Amino acid sequence: MKKVYERNNIAFDMPSPYCPGCGHGVIHRLVIDAIKEAGQEDNTIFMAPVGCSILAYTYLDLDICQPAHGRTPAAATGIKRALPDSLVVLYQGDGDLAAIGTAEIIHAANRGENITAIFVNNAIYGMTGGQMAPTTLKGQKATTCPFGRSPEDGQGYPIRVCELLQSLGGVTYAARTSVHTAPNVLKTKKAIQTGIENQMEKKGFSIIEILSACPVNWGLSPQKSNEFIANEMIGYFPLGDFKKDGKIIQRSDH
Amino acid sequence: MGEKQLMKGNEAIAEAAIRAGMTCYFGYPITPQNEIPAYMAKHLTIRGGTFIQAESEIAAINMVYGAACTGARAMTSSSSPGISLKQEGISYLVGARLPAVIVNIARGGPGLGNIAPSQADYFQAVKGGGHGDYHMVVYTPETVQEAADLTMKAFDVADEYRNPVLILGDAILGQMMEPLVFKEPSGKKFDKSSWTLGNRKGRKSHLINSLSLTEGVVEQWNWELKKKFDLMAERELMVEEYMVEDADVIFVAYGTTARICRSVVHQTRKQGMKTGLIRPITVWPFPTETIAGHAEKTKHFFVVEMSLGQMIEDVRLAILGNAKIHFHGRPGGGIPAEADILKQLKAILQS
Ligand SMILES: Cc1ncc(C[n+]2csc(CCOP(=O)(O)OP(=O)(O)O)c2C)c(N)n1
Repeated sequence: MKKVYERNNIAFDMPSPYCPGCGHGVIHRLVIDAIKEAGQEDNTIFMAPVGCSILAYTYLDLDICQPAHGRTPAAATGIKRALPDSLVVLYQGDGDLAAIGTAEIIHAANRGENITAIFVNNAIYGMTGGQMAPTTLKGQKATTCPFGRSPEDGQGYPIRVCELLQSLGGVTYAARTSVHTAPNVLKTKKAIQTGIENQMEKKGFSIIEILSACPVNWGLSPQKSNEFIANEMIGYFPLGDFKKDGKIIQRSDH
Repeated sequence: MGEKQLMKGNEAIAEAAIRAGMTCYFGYPITPQNEIPAYMAKHLTIRGGTFIQAESEIAAINMVYGAACTGARAMTSSSSPGISLKQEGISYLVGARLPAVIVNIARGGPGLGNIAPSQADYFQAVKGGGHGDYHMVVYTPETVQEAADLTMKAFDVADEYRNPVLILGDAILGQMMEPLVFKEPSGKKFDKSSWTLGNRKGRKSHLINSLSLTEGVVEQWNWELKKKFDLMAERELMVEEYMVEDADVIFVAYGTTARICRSVVHQTRKQGMKTGLIRPITVWPFPTETIAGHAEKTKHFFVVEMSLGQMIEDVRLAILGNAKIHFHGRPGGGIPAEADILKQLKAILQS
């Protein structure tokens, strides 16, 4: 029989450390497949900061740096400037990237640091148990917005990171994808590959924002979680390219 | 030996760092240390290194963290409020066992304070500052020459122990110009290949990390760190004892206030008063034994600080009631005047 799919040995031979239905596991797989296909496993430095990505430390057989919460793009800058030929992949949650680390991502992007940011937007703080994230949707409940996020009550609006970053001169590529269905998983893979190729071609800063389920903290089954992405998240966080080869993509959804 | 040059303390620190092989500098503007990033922007980049004006002190210390992960000699500098912002990063450097050099050209506080010299960051420097059980060697240079020498040494000490090292100066040290001669860097080589990230080429993967949720692991790491701190305490202490043998009063002061006290010692010795000076060159490790040794014979210790009195607590712990301790301090950017110290000294000697 022909083998069409097998373990990627960048992941240690152990059960996935992630919760059932969580998008992190799928995204990890896509990232390590893209690294392997690019032949970069010996040249990659994987930035696994604070959030559910801490589970990557013991799961992935890569050189890994654990920076402080939100400071991932700054630490990645230090690494990349010291080792310009290495492949530096950031793996950040929405709390890490769009709340505590907003300054760092904007400035790393604006400097055009030649790095690739994988931004997992699960609209919640996973690791700390389901608090409101900067990307939590209007009306969505979390432990710190138990009545549903209400911008009118001073809880702010969900931040659209790709739209925010696309105007910065140092950004070469910004795309939003999702992993809630098989075709979207494939598109996500393509986007990650583009982000990695850009870095290898020294094109500057790439960000791939990936909508991803957190069934445990959303209080939904894995299936209902994927429906939440399809029916609620994508309406506010439209999928597709926002910037490619340094050019802003004109879109009709805003 | 190189030739004699006239330089500001800040520039001397910057040049010494480059000569010591520092290749990655990250900083954010704040007076009175702005000459350091400006020097780096020009001289480090010309000599092939990396200079980034970071978006904040927080970003700068985390850039240092990243560069240190690759084995590069990395450095940041700032002044008091900016050093406060770096504390989480410093704690992470210790936790992840990464070498780095941090310079604090301290200014008056608390809050935004002013840009005048201050020693009020002593507690922050030697008692932690950041979270968790940790220590780092803290150098307190007195002259521009010593600032350059200790900067070079700081990189070796950081690499040797895989721990950050702090250089604690103040606005006077940073801004004053003095002649100096740059010494040759030690040339010591440190093999970092067992832990650095990048250029993996078939070896097993490396993880640079300070987190474990497995019971007992972080405690174990702390015990290992303690062994290192003990070794640092044993081997890295630097202290100057100046005219202390027959002294009736011994000043204890570091950095700028040590200069002032030294001058008071000169004056008073001429007038027949027996004074001396113990000058901690490292304030961590602290010269506890040195001070304790003199507390047997000398009855008065006179601590002078540009603060409300911080190092005095460590002096008290060294003396343990075996001698009297006196204090003269000026907070918020005030500089102790020799005349005021002298007046207080005379009162002590007459008592
Ligand atoms: C300075 C600091 N503040 C807060 C925390 C606690 N903390 C750990 S993970 C986390 C949120 C992570 O959420 P996110 O980045 O969205 O990632 P996820 O866990 O959802 O993957 C927080 C607030 C911390 N470790 N450090």
